[in-house]
Amino acid sequence: MSPSGPMAPLVLSAYTLVTANGRGTGAVLDAILARRSALKPCDFEDVALKTHIGRVAGLEDFSLDHDLRPFDCRNNRLAWLGLQQDGFTVAVAEAKQRYGAHRVAVVMGTSTSGILETEHAYRARDPRTGALPAWYVSRYRYTHNMFSLGHFVRTCLGLEGPAMVVSTACSSSAKVFASAARLMRAGFCDAAVVGGADSLCHTTLYGFSALQLLSSDPCRPCDEDRDGLSLGEAAGYALLERVERAGGRGAVALLGYGESTDGYHMSHPHPEGAGAVRAIRDSLARAGIRPEAVEYVNLHGTATRVNDEVEDKAVYSVFGARPACSSTKGWTGHTLGAAGVTEAVISALCLTKGLMPGTLNCRRVDPALQCRVIRDHQFGALSCVVSNIFGFGGNNCSLVLGKL
Amino acid sequence: MDVAIDGIGLLAPGLPCWRESRAVLAGDRPYQPTAVPSPEAAILPPNERRRSSDSVRWAVQVAQEAIEQSGLDPRDIPTVFASSGGEMLVFDQLCRVLATEERRVSPTLFHQSVHNTAAGYWGIATTGRQSSTALSCYDDSFAAGLVEAVATVREEQRPVLLVTYDLAVPAPLDEARPITEGFAAAFVLSPPVRDSTVILRLGLEQAPAGESACFPEYLAERLADDALERLRLNNPAARSLPLLCAVAAAAPRTVELAWLENQRLQLTIEPCRC
Repeated sequence: MSPSGPMAPLVLSAYTLVTANGRGTGAVLDAILARRSALKPCDFEDVALKTHIGRVAGLEDFSLDHDLRPFDCRNNRLAWLGLQQDGFTVAVAEAKQRYGAHRVAVVMGTSTSGILETEHAYRARDPRTGALPAWYVSRYRYTHNMFSLGHFVRTCLGLEGPAMVVSTACSSSAKVFASAARLMRAGFCDAAVVGGADSLCHTTLYGFSALQLLSSDPCRPCDEDRDGLSLGEAAGYALLERVERAGGRGAVALLGYGESTDGYHMSHPHPEGAGAVRAIRDSLARAGIRPEAVEYVNLHGTATRVNDEVEDKAVYSVFGARPACSSTKGWTGHTLGAAGVTEAVISALCLTKGLMPGTLNCRRVDPALQCRVIRDHQFGALSCVVSNIFGFGGNNCSLVLGKL
Repeated sequence: MDVAIDGIGLLAPGLPCWRESRAVLAGDRPYQPTAVPSPEAAILPPNERRRSSDSVRWAVQVAQEAIEQSGLDPRDIPTVFASSGGEMLVFDQLCRVLATEERRVSPTLFHQSVHNTAAGYWGIATTGRQSSTALSCYDDSFAAGLVEAVATVREEQRPVLLVTYDLAVPAPLDEARPITEGFAAAFVLSPPVRDSTVILRLGLEQAPAGESACFPEYLAERLADDALERLRLNNPAARSLPLLCAVAAAAPRTVELAWLENQRLQLTIEPCRC
């Protein structure tokens, strides 16, 4: 935790989200309220795995043109779709006016970027020489390279400030909030566009299948019979500004963040959730609040046996059984590098609506879990939410979001 | 914004470690780009070393060198790992498998494909629980990593380990990303104290209009030695060379680093007080 004490809150002065549930926060919220899951049997390209996915409709039906043509790939199309929702580009244009294009940072998160292009290119290698096709070679930089997403978003928004892509597997687009907060506090920028985009690809579908972590059914977080995750895809964004420039009573703000590692294993969490506990505690300390102030915890809740069990231990050790806890993966699937921003935006929506969403697809809460996992929606005054994200490499991040 | 440099690690052709490379980087000995042996990365547990990719071993090797110089306990130190492409060798293997009929991906290969693989192995080797960020900014990944690391030093008021690495890209991906030589460097950056030996002052400013990233040569970061300059332009991690040369020169110096086409970092080195 920062020795310089609690951080000054940063207002999410605009935010937006595209998931398999729909385009924009309105569609996402409607699906949550109607308990409508977007998970369907896998129909992604020629993938023949018995699993369910949260595929965003329509990504195959358009391409990026003109100046954006080099960036054209599934991941950047998804990122583009995200930018068009909820008046986000207008809000960024206003911020650009206020601060200057070179004072607005872009910090994006993704785990696999546009690797799907490389997967396609490897199938199209020259059978004689093994060379990759020409259409791919000149576009690696703009599609698969990890910075592609940051380059693309910066180009779309006409921003000239600091930029980077954070890629720490599933925690990527939670950690962008932390990196942006640091950049702002150090004076490297005055505002930041943060977010993430991660799209379906063969690498993650076959990779998680190889790890035997995919459920054949829609994922059932915290259920006693849960048997794995469902993959999804998403793009989401938030514009972060200082309270004195953008604050107002009732605005949703980032109050704190906590980051840690397990130092234990590349793909298994620490059995006692030691790293997760540290991330949660640091996020509360940085927000300057006590665990009792948190009414709702948006769990990472991937629905693998181990994740939900370990996360339960970690959350219970910090909060006990008091706050309502749920996972929203049953709606969207696990959107990997976009999970951080997906669940941050969902948490922001929950704060504005006074909604603690239930856990979709959870039929009977695993009696071994100690936290107060809710299956049904609860409504009431909500002022402070913690969102957890844990990723490969034992990389953890917790965000505290609240209403000013 | 000032930070102290408390340890440096280095691995590249003709630059086998920081201590043995100082004279070359200071311009006192000619640079000869001889191949370096595969790094030992001795801190990795044997099981992890056997499974680890080349880029993990390069990154861990320089990280270990920098940490040992600093005398600090690695478990106390947050990390920033900056790499343009990350695990390009793993991507090559993975995409070859995915192009076959069976698509039989190995679980180990899959979890090694994430951009934070090297960071993860470092965490396992040191059993650290501090925060760890892995990032990319294409050719300017080192500049982005340096800013993230300095901002973290300022925020946490504690030392931070910055590691930058990119390895030679295997065929056929090398056509798309022609990096022919590996390069890895690490820096332990700390809040300055009275007896700090090297101070790095970092400033960020807007690049003057009209200057373009298409011509990185225009900047003051260009190196005098032609072979070193070729290395700098060939590998994004080698964009750290101007800083390494400035520290090796052991005299006050200012160098500039491009960060995208419209930001530039000014790095002022003040060796002294020792």
